[in-house]
Amino acid sequence: MTERGQSSRGGDKRVLMCGNEALAEAAIMAGCDAYFGYPITPQNEISAYMARRMPDEGRVFLQSESELAAINMVFGASATGQRTMTSSSSPGISLMQEGISYLAGAELPAVVVNVMRGGPGLGNIAPSQGDYFQATRGGGHGDYRTIVFGPSSVQELADCMLLAFDLADLYRMPVMVLADGILGQMMEPIVLKEKPRRDLPAKEWALTGAEGRPQNIVRSLWLGEGVLEELNCTLRDRYEQIQKNEVICEQHDVDDAEIVVVAYGVAARIVCAAVQKAKQDGIKAGWIRPVTLWPFPIEQISKAADELRIFLVVEMSNGQMVEDVRLAVSGKAPVVFYGRPGGGVPTVDEIFELIKQLTLRSKTPI
Amino acid sequence: MTAEGLYEEIVIAGFGGQGIILAGRLLAQTAMLAGKEVTYMPSYGAEVRGGTANCMVVIAEKKIACPVVGRPDSLIVMNKASLNKFAQRLKKGGLLVMNTSLIDSEPQLDESIEIVAVPADELAVELGSQKSANMVALGAYLQKRGYLSPDAAAQALADVLAERHHKTLPVNIAALHKGGEFAQRHCPV
Repeated sequence: MTERGQSSRGGDKRVLMCGNEALAEAAIMAGCDAYFGYPITPQNEISAYMARRMPDEGRVFLQSESELAAINMVFGASATGQRTMTSSSSPGISLMQEGISYLAGAELPAVVVNVMRGGPGLGNIAPSQGDYFQATRGGGHGDYRTIVFGPSSVQELADCMLLAFDLADLYRMPVMVLADGILGQMMEPIVLKEKPRRDLPAKEWALTGAEGRPQNIVRSLWLGEGVLEELNCTLRDRYEQIQKNEVICEQHDVDDAEIVVVAYGVAARIVCAAVQKAKQDGIKAGWIRPVTLWPFPIEQISKAADELRIFLVVEMSNGQMVEDVRLAVSGKAPVVFYGRPGGGVPTVDEIFELIKQLTLRSKTPI
Repeated sequence: MTAEGLYEEIVIAGFGGQGIILAGRLLAQTAMLAGKEVTYMPSYGAEVRGGTANCMVVIAEKKIACPVVGRPDSLIVMNKASLNKFAQRLKKGGLLVMNTSLIDSEPQLDESIEIVAVPADELAVELGSQKSANMVALGAYLQKRGYLSPDAAAQALADVLAERHHKTLPVNIAALHKGGEFAQRHCPV
């Protein structure tokens, strides 16, 4: 058994891991005390890995009878002050939304991983980015937010797990890591290394047995007059702080670009290759990659829109993040969308051709 | 292909049970141990023994942008269905390694594409393990391309082969070398 906050697998060595296993190992490293989950493709490697590794580390693994059970087990474990997580894929995440809303209402930290697949409904098991709306708009009922990461490599997937657990504890709220089938399944060499961690306050609100202190109550039901409004305002202030402090966004060659492509996750990898090709072709192209999807990099994108240039948003969906880009651009520049839904994956050449076309008729309204 | 500019996109395909995924993982592990950048992406549908399986591997000196391979530089196909499915996607000047033990037809391809025709199953049977045909084909590919050696793959094999199969290490290593020797003899660089 290793100490909480450590993993026996960490080190400086490059190891080849798939995204699902890498994020699971990173969760162990982050000090995840308990994992609860129910199987679904394409994220089964997470639970399989946790089933093997968590007992090794003296921690809890439990395969629940359903996604509803899993998220409510997360609620229970979190209420006792333990670091806890669950994972699923799109249809399973829908089932968890009630629990996520309750976590938000009860101000409980938790990490939820969604390895997205095609939808709506049971859809298919191919990679997709169709759950952006659900993830970034809270997803369940009520007036709340979740922090959402949209990593684009196996290394970043692992790294953002460490941060996700810290931010969940710091802001006392559910944090979602939004991956997709490709990122979950693909392997890349990664280094599982400790990163600097946040200073976190003690969990004085946790249910640890009330010996020698007043009773703590964890709940999301607030019937007294004005009590819920007060909670909502507290949450609002917290969300504003997060928007101010926690945005992560990568920008490449934006300054002299006549076209800026915006994409996240695996789509951003394809965009990166397409932009490289466009640049070799003499096109002034840049790209922006939001790493946090909420808080969204509004300022960065707004600033890039101060110059007249075209924005192209590429997603593996019919267009979801494009709405956030349009809000950030706020009418200052044309925003064009290109998407492949239902498990379709855009090719480098598709994006490259589109960049070529768009820059040909640059400066005219679209 | 200079080491500096190495950017090799590979598709390996065959039917489930032929060790397609293992061959891809081994290629990726070998590349990583050689200090290269690599991405490996398996097909993860409802693959079962006898169904189709494929994986995409990208190996480069620099950071790899896109892990999804549209048009491969090299294609290793272990059965006819995979040849039919992927051969037309090969880049001009690309390399096709095909298992002639299970492919009886000559593919109609662009002249610029080089073909290494390996009787992988037969060579594996000579070693006493038909299941090692994947290693024969991979060995032939590595020898032909030259940026990694069959021997480097042999050294990485224990990392990717499940421990319960480690008794098959010697025959699989022999198969990698046998594939390499075949390529050297019949299709010299």
